[in-house]
Amino acid sequence: MSLGPYTSFIVTSYALVGAVVLILIFSIAIDYRRQKERLRELDASGVIRRSGRSAADIQ
Amino acid sequence: MTLIDLANPTRFLTLTTRLLPWLAAVTAALLLIGLYQSAMAPDDYQQGATVKIMFIHVPNAWLSMFVWGVMSLAALGTLVWRHPLADVAAKAAAPIGAAFTFLALVTGSLWGRPMWGTYWEWDARLTSVLILFLMYLGLIALWRAVEDPSRAARAAAILTLVGAINLPIIKFSVDWWNTLHQPASVMRMGGSSLDRAFLIPLLVMAVAFSLLFVTLHLAAMRNEILRRRVRSLQMMQASQRAA
Repeated sequence: MSLGPYTSFIVTSYALVGAVVLILIFSIAIDYRRQKERLRELDASGVIRRSGRSAADIQ
Repeated sequence: MTLIDLANPTRFLTLTTRLLPWLAAVTAALLLIGLYQSAMAPDDYQQGATVKIMFIHVPNAWLSMFVWGVMSLAALGTLVWRHPLADVAAKAAAPIGAAFTFLALVTGSLWGRPMWGTYWEWDARLTSVLILFLMYLGLIALWRAVEDPSRAARAAAILTLVGAINLPIIKFSVDWWNTLHQPASVMRMGGSSLDRAFLIPLLVMAVAFSLLFVTLHLAAMRNEILRRRVRSLQMMQASQRAA
């Protein structure tokens, strides 16, 4: 597959989209782990939700 | 489970946790198919291989507007029904919409340089999309500046609805003004002007990116619900200590 004289423009576009999508995915995944960790810490400190369920119970 | 049941954050979390792995798998599969079809698509007789940039530029451009549309509906939910999940949906969508808009601008610029001879032109389409990007950044800054989510929600909802005025301007800018950007070639009266060899990969990529948005949005909404739970539990803990 030859991309002709504008290979750098095409490859840069795809690489940039891939990089930004990966950054989005990882930032959301890291944020999820961070929130679960905070809830676990609150659970360990004895805080209970108004419903009576554990703070770390996300379902 | 009815739609009303999903308005309960706890039920929403249960459904999201079940749904996300399946959505992610379908999205990944569609993206792979779309990328393969994009790679195999023939060169355009005028643009050559640079037409391949279209397969990622157009879905990102569509989503940049679609996400603001979703946020506008959520803004109505915040202002009219005052439902907490509506603000969660809008806040979670903003960074994703900003990323899609950024990608639409940059890939458009990288497509424009070889085709138009310039990376940037202050024409109506490009400028209105740049304004959309700046509005996304402004909204994100607003949510971050106000600590209390319920106070930020109302201001953000009003700003979102005001910003929705920009959506028809973006869509019809190529018809209303003489722009360097080409007019609509897929969603237009009389059907698409694209050949099937380009249209099919483009539609597959558009569906794949739309599913990517749904997946990321649901995951980001789950994070936001948990963040608000953390905040309310921390406040409860602080008040218990004070007592």
